[in-house]
Amino acid sequence: MKIIELKETVTASNDRDAAVLRAELKEKGTLLVNLMASPGAGKTTLLERTIRDLKDEMNIAVMEADVDSDVDAVRIEKIGAKAVQAHTDGMCHMDAGMTRRALEGLGDEQFDLVVLENVGNLICPAEFDTGAGRCVMLLSVPEGDDKPLKYPLMFKVSDVLIITKTDVAPYFDFDFDACVARAKKLNPDITIFKVSAKTGDGFEEWESWLKSAVKNWKN
Amino acid sequence: MHEMGIILHLAKTLEETAEQEQIKKITRVTLEVGEVSGIITDYFTDCWNYFRRKHPVLESAELDLQTLPAVTFCGNCEKTYPTVQYGRTCPYCGSGETWLLKGNECIIKEIEVED
Repeated sequence: MKIIELKETVTASNDRDAAVLRAELKEKGTLLVNLMASPGAGKTTLLERTIRDLKDEMNIAVMEADVDSDVDAVRIEKIGAKAVQAHTDGMCHMDAGMTRRALEGLGDEQFDLVVLENVGNLICPAEFDTGAGRCVMLLSVPEGDDKPLKYPLMFKVSDVLIITKTDVAPYFDFDFDACVARAKKLNPDITIFKVSAKTGDGFEEWESWLKSAVKNWKN
Repeated sequence: MHEMGIILHLAKTLEETAEQEQIKKITRVTLEVGEVSGIITDYFTDCWNYFRRKHPVLESAELDLQTLPAVTFCGNCEKTYPTVQYGRTCPYCGSGETWLLKGNECIIKEIEVED
């Protein structure tokens, strides 16, 4: 018998696959954005409006990851972007291997931006690197300003936090300053936007960030 | 199905290691699992016992799970305390501005292999 010390995280093989995928996408000039949030935070609604605003400036595709059904992919295709539905077969997250297979499902077309709409969940998706160039998370006003305290890892791994559904803020006791302070404490570099997909508030700032992220990825 | 996803990656990481190190059989896998990693150990072991049979190099590998204590840091009084006992509220000053320092990891500590 021989003991071999590894001291490696269980997801080390996924981290390696993710790094390879990220390098390939960089080479191709395709920015992959991993979009994460709770179920019902407004991921698909945010994407619908964003795609409608930006589709004439860049070639966008969406990969919808869900445990089942294709309702989200149908919604995205209606807006005029290419969409594929990836089923996770009961798994609560996407990993780098599943992301690669979903990307293959998009075919040979060249995209400037591919958005992976991850499974609705603030826990597991944060633990698995998908190979994305940028991670964007959503937190909707009805969910509450205490979420950074409850799900710190998600806020730590995200480059951007978008607080959605700001139009309903008058009906909830959502403390924006407290939420921003909590998120910044976990991740001082996080960029924060406040938007409402209903009114369009805040979309200019978010879309301008996204446009420069796509441009910078190509350099 | 959090456990199954982790097991899939664990098996892949171990198979890659076995190939690199030219290991034919792994007999024991020791994991360090954080107290608040969200891993249900009974379920995790069940998943492992089901899954290892599909991999010749892993089929006789027993899983040894060692618990790592979870520690929380209080941003207000800057003290640390055991997470499982006190949860999110600091037992020293009562503040809720607290963050987990460690305890959500899952690390492959070592493997035992046949010579």
